[in-house]
Amino acid sequence: MTRFVPAIILILLLSLWAFGVNPITGCEIIARGAFGGEIGLSRTLVAMTPLLLTGLGMVIAWRAGMYNIGGEGQYIIGGLMGASVAKLHFGGPGVILLSTGLGGAFYGALAGWLQVKRGVHAAISTILLNFIALQILAWAVTGPLQAPGTTASQTATLEPGQMLAKWSNRTDLHSGVLLAVLLSFAVWMLLSYTSFGFHLRLTGENPLAARAAMLNADRIRVQAIALSGGLCGLAGGVQFLGTSGVIDVGFNQQWGFLGIPVALLGGLNALGALASSFLFGALMAGTQSLSRSVLGGDLLIFVIQGAAVLTFLAMRKRERGNA
Amino acid sequence: MLDLLRFAAPVAFASLGETVGQRAGVLNIGLEGMMLSGAYAGMLATRQTGNPWVGILAGVVAAVLVGLLQLIFVLKLEADQVVAGTAINLLALGVTSASYRKIFGESGELLSIPSISNSALIGFMVLSVPMLTWLLFKTRWGLALRAAGEYPDAVQASGFSVVKLRLQACLIGAAYAGLAGAHLSIVNAASFQEELTKGRGFIAIAMVTFGRFNPAWAFVASVVIGGAEMLQYRLQAQSIQAPPQLFLALPYVFALLVLVFVGKGGRAPGALGIPYRKEQ
Repeated sequence: MTRFVPAIILILLLSLWAFGVNPITGCEIIARGAFGGEIGLSRTLVAMTPLLLTGLGMVIAWRAGMYNIGGEGQYIIGGLMGASVAKLHFGGPGVILLSTGLGGAFYGALAGWLQVKRGVHAAISTILLNFIALQILAWAVTGPLQAPGTTASQTATLEPGQMLAKWSNRTDLHSGVLLAVLLSFAVWMLLSYTSFGFHLRLTGENPLAARAAMLNADRIRVQAIALSGGLCGLAGGVQFLGTSGVIDVGFNQQWGFLGIPVALLGGLNALGALASSFLFGALMAGTQSLSRSVLGGDLLIFVIQGAAVLTFLAMRKRERGNA
Repeated sequence: MLDLLRFAAPVAFASLGETVGQRAGVLNIGLEGMMLSGAYAGMLATRQTGNPWVGILAGVVAAVLVGLLQLIFVLKLEADQVVAGTAINLLALGVTSASYRKIFGESGELLSIPSISNSALIGFMVLSVPMLTWLLFKTRWGLALRAAGEYPDAVQASGFSVVKLRLQACLIGAAYAGLAGAHLSIVNAASFQEELTKGRGFIAIAMVTFGRFNPAWAFVASVVIGGAEMLQYRLQAQSIQAPPQLFLALPYVFALLVLVFVGKGGRAPGALGIPYRKEQ
C-alpha cells in the first residue's frame, strides 16, 4: 500500500495539471478539504466509510475468484431494502442496517448462482444487474417508496431515532465509521484465521487443489459473493442511515465501483483496504472541495483511481519480473 | 427496417469487433470505456469542425488509442484482463465526464451537433458481417487468430506471435468500439451526456456470447437488442399504464436472460480471458 502513495501523488499532480489547475494550488485545496480541522477530517472519514465497506466486499469476492463488479447494484438494493424496512417502522438502526446487508447479499448471491449454475461470467452479470438496479431505484423512489404526499422522487426522510448516532452537531461524523473499521478487522480475521477463509482463498487461488481437497468450490464462491454483496448493501445502508436519511435517484454515486480500486490497491487484503480507503476518502473529500472552484473537479477521483489501478498492474508486473 | 438497424448499430458495431477480440482470447471489459471515449471524441470533433464524418473518424482514433493503452497492460504486462478493463472504464468515465463538465458546464443544457444520414455507416455495418466472417474463418490469419484464442502455445510453436495476433484482433475490436460510440453520439443522439453509453458495451459483450462467438449471430443478437430498445420508445410513446423504468430495464434484462439460457451451452474459446505468458 505505502509503495503506491508516491505514485498516487504523482498521478494527482499530473491530472490536476492536465485539468488546467495549478497543481500546487489544487493540492492545497484538496489537503485543506480533506484534513482541514475537525470538519475536513470528519468529511474524509465519512467518505472513507462506504469506500471501505464496498472495498472489503471486493476483497472477499475477488479472493474467491469471483469478479464482483456489481457493488453498485448491491449498494442500491441494500439501500432500498433498508428504506422498505424503515417504512414499516419495524425497528431501530440496527434492524434497518441488517436488512440492507441482507438485500445486498441476496443481489450478490444471484450473480454467484448465475455463474456456478449457468456459467454466466460474474464480471458481466453483475454489471447488467447494476443497470437493472438503477431502474429499480428510479421506479421505487417514484412509486412504492416515494415519500407520501409529495411529488419529489425520493423516499420519506428517516426519523431521528432511525438514523445512526452522531458524535457532535458540528460535523457529519457518524457511528458507521466505527462499524466499517471494526468490520475490516473482522474480515481480516475471517480470511486469515478461519477454515472458511482458508477454503475461500484456496478456491480463488487454486481451484484444482480446492477440488482435490473435496471442497464444494461452487458453494464457497456463492457464499463469497453473497458476503461481498452484503458488505456493499451495508455500505448503502450506512450511507442512508448515516448521512442523507433519504434515498433519491442519485443515491448510488458510484460507491460500488470505487470499491474496486480500494480493494486492489489494498492488495486484496482487508487491512490494506482500510489504509487505501482512508487515502481515497481523503482524496474524495478533497476533490469535493476542489469542485467548488473547478467544475467537474470531483470527477478527478475516477481519473486518479483508474490511473492508480493501472500503475498497480504495472508495478506488480515489474515485481513479478524481478522475482 | 433502417430505423431498427440504426437503433441496433452501437451495440452491433461493438459486438462485431468484440467477437474478433474474443476469438483471439481477449475479453475486453474496457469495451464500455472505449465506446464512451469514441462517443465523446466524436461529439467534440463534430462540434469543432461541423463535419460529422470527421467526428466518426475522431471517435475511431480515440477508441484505438484507449485500446492501445489497455493492450499495453493486457498483452505486454500480462495483466488480468478484467482488472485492466475495469481501470480503463473508470478512466474513460472520469476523463469524459470531467472534461464535458468543464467545457459545457453542469447545467446539462441539451447539446446539439450536426448529424448524418447514416445509410453509408449502416451499409458498412451490414458488410462487416461477411467481411469479418471471411477474415476469421477463411483466411490463414483468421485460423491463427482463432487458434490464439483456443490454444496459444500451439500457435506460438508454429511460428506465429500470439501477442501480435491478439494485438491485431483487439485493435480491430477497438476501432469498431469507436465506431459504435461515435455512431451513438453523432447519429443516434446528435448530442452527448455523461455516461452516454449506459452499459451498451457490456450488452455487446453479452451479445457476443449469445452469438456463439460468430459475427453473423452476434449481429443478429444485437439487432434483437436494438429491437428491444426501439420497442421501449414505442411503448412509452403509446403511454401504456406501466412504469417507464420497466421498459428502460428491458435491454439489460434481455441481455442477462440470454446469458442465463445460453450459459454454458455457448462454445467459448478455450483460452478466453487468460493472459498469455510466453514460455521462457
